[in-house]
Amino acid sequence: MYHKEKSIQMKSSASALYNNLSVLRIAPRSLTYFTVVHANMVNMVSASWDGLNYSHRQLQSKEANVATSSSLIMQAAWCVLPSRDILVLTSQKGIQMYESDGSIMVYWHALDTPETQTAQAVFARGIAAVREKYICVGISSGSMLVFDVPIKGSNITLSEVLEEHKESITDLASECSGSLECIADMVSADDSGNLCVWKSGEDFQLLNKIPDKAIEAFCSSVKLWKGTVVAGYGTGQIRLYEAVTGIVHAEVNAHARWIYSLDIAPFSGLLLSAAEDSLVRVWHLTMTPETNSVEIVHMYNECVTDTQICGAKFCDGDGYAFAVTGYDLSEIIRYTQV
Amino acid sequence: MSSRTLPLLFINLGGEMLYILDQRLRAQNIPADKAKKVMNDIITTMFNKKFLEELFKPQELYSKKALRTVFDRLAHASIMRLNQASMDKLYDLMTMAFKYQVLLCPRAKDILLVSFNHMDAIKDFVKDTPSVLSQVDETYRQLIEMYTPLSSGEFQLIRQTLLIFFQDMHIRVSIFLKDKVQNSNGRFVLPISGPVPHGTHIPGLIRMFSCNGEEVKRLQFRNGGNYTGVLREGSFEMFGERVIKLGTNMYSVSRPVETHMSGTSKNSATERTISPNPLAKEELNMLARLMGGMEVQKPGNADSGFRVNLFATDEEEEEALISRPDEFSYDVIKIQATKNQQANAELVKIMGDFTEEAGEPCSSSANSKGDDLLAMMDGL
Repeated sequence: MYHKEKSIQMKSSASALYNNLSVLRIAPRSLTYFTVVHANMVNMVSASWDGLNYSHRQLQSKEANVATSSSLIMQAAWCVLPSRDILVLTSQKGIQMYESDGSIMVYWHALDTPETQTAQAVFARGIAAVREKYICVGISSGSMLVFDVPIKGSNITLSEVLEEHKESITDLASECSGSLECIADMVSADDSGNLCVWKSGEDFQLLNKIPDKAIEAFCSSVKLWKGTVVAGYGTGQIRLYEAVTGIVHAEVNAHARWIYSLDIAPFSGLLLSAAEDSLVRVWHLTMTPETNSVEIVHMYNECVTDTQICGAKFCDGDGYAFAVTGYDLSEIIRYTQV
Repeated sequence: MSSRTLPLLFINLGGEMLYILDQRLRAQNIPADKAKKVMNDIITTMFNKKFLEELFKPQELYSKKALRTVFDRLAHASIMRLNQASMDKLYDLMTMAFKYQVLLCPRAKDILLVSFNHMDAIKDFVKDTPSVLSQVDETYRQLIEMYTPLSSGEFQLIRQTLLIFFQDMHIRVSIFLKDKVQNSNGRFVLPISGPVPHGTHIPGLIRMFSCNGEEVKRLQFRNGGNYTGVLREGSFEMFGERVIKLGTNMYSVSRPVETHMSGTSKNSATERTISPNPLAKEELNMLARLMGGMEVQKPGNADSGFRVNLFATDEEEEEALISRPDEFSYDVIKIQATKNQQANAELVKIMGDFTEEAGEPCSSSANSKGDDLLAMMDGL
């Protein structure tokens, strides 16, 4: 179904972090941006579609009162809003937001870090753009920060703090089908596998809480598409839930190791899953509104030999191409449909 | 990231170090009583109460340089001496072995089982010495107390923290190459076969449900691997079968260990980018507190001391030191364990080398930066 294309070389290797790849497609300029986290830095590569031009940029984590920070970055992701794209970096010290090409930092939010080191780690992780104007970021305490983003400029403000989760946030996702009919706008996942479903607005509203019943559960990656939550777990399982009710649509024994990344191609319903077991799998989701059912079928496997995959994303809304990163690997591997 | 990583890093690396030293002591036919003394002395120092107290405090991981300094000191906690080249090689082997174990752990939680494998072996090394044995037992209790309540998410954070520490290290180890667990490019082999971790199902099944929870459809898919079953859960108590073999002793007298420096990643300059201050004052103080708890033997008389070589011959050892590529050199802080003014002045000088401001290297103790550190060293 897919074949391997020429890889993109990066300045440094990818760290073993969940969802460690973000892709932004810029059609007007025939470019695609990729970001991958390496410890306290983010590698940004822009690749022209003709495969001839690549340019690199490296962004560093920020810390108050320190020139060069060694604070580790947990995640980097683009937030696509109607009027602008913002690149968000979350680290042990705070949240940095940049204009889409990474050239200008437009906002910095420092996390409350305690004076002396505590047993509980402090960091921000989980990034999602919600509806027209919000960017949500999760924190290790379980809180989620909601930022209000203006159409342009740096007057970004913290609009709300959502306190529902008790464990560290692992991932956030917003409804990606583009449909305005969906009631749920965002889903959040935490360290103990709990999922919360939200409606955005002046005040975010909690629509549903889906607790996880398994003792060893850990949800590392989550997506929301046409009202269905797709969650990837540390046990290698993928589960599909109806967002507002929590009803389980499907359960897949998908991987032999911890799932690190999920992605959905919203126009085609293709689902990408990647794990520490070296495998990337492509699935297809179909919704049948009449029967309120969701079906998932397996389409394709790709083995990235001797690599613990940490990021996998489709490069376009149809799922025609996808890209993969792995721990200790200094390249972004790409695949396109045959 | 996780502030609970250092104890696991230290104990596992220490365990690997003991396996290697044990093998070398036997290969070099060091008399049994001397060899035993070396092992006991090192283990006693490793599990010193005060040292462990510092180790188990919540803290960020040290830089590679700082950790190397701790192990240098530990390796010299007895009458045994190691030359620079041998110490470098020892450290390469220790780190690559633990990197391999962390990478291949079936579940993040199994890192604790790997640690227990090391602890079990250490306990066996000192089974005839009750005083040290009780220290080891106490450490088991501390590990159990600290780590068994942690969730799988917290263990993954620990694992991710360790993987960042080991990032871009691809030193080739001949015992790994021979066993085909490492490729010639220095990367480890990750099999897509064998048993799946405890708590995971073999990939291949899709189950779909109706609104009231009834299973309505089942689909199978080819998983592309060759998985054979589910691992049993190992014991997380002081005794018991660990099930996981990672962390057990893979060396024996007949399997010498060599490392190859070439063919490794160009990106090994990571250390420089992460810590622009080679050793910030904060870290130096933490280091001093940690090592202040380490009681190191004085060099003693020449008769009882002896040198251990990690290479087959002295010439090889010399050659290794000369030919070691720059980017792999571990800059170690040489801290003397003697209680005299000379040493203290030396320490202040070293500190002066490592702090940003270009102050007087040999200043008096009025230099506030050195105070904590000097106070610690004075106690030795």
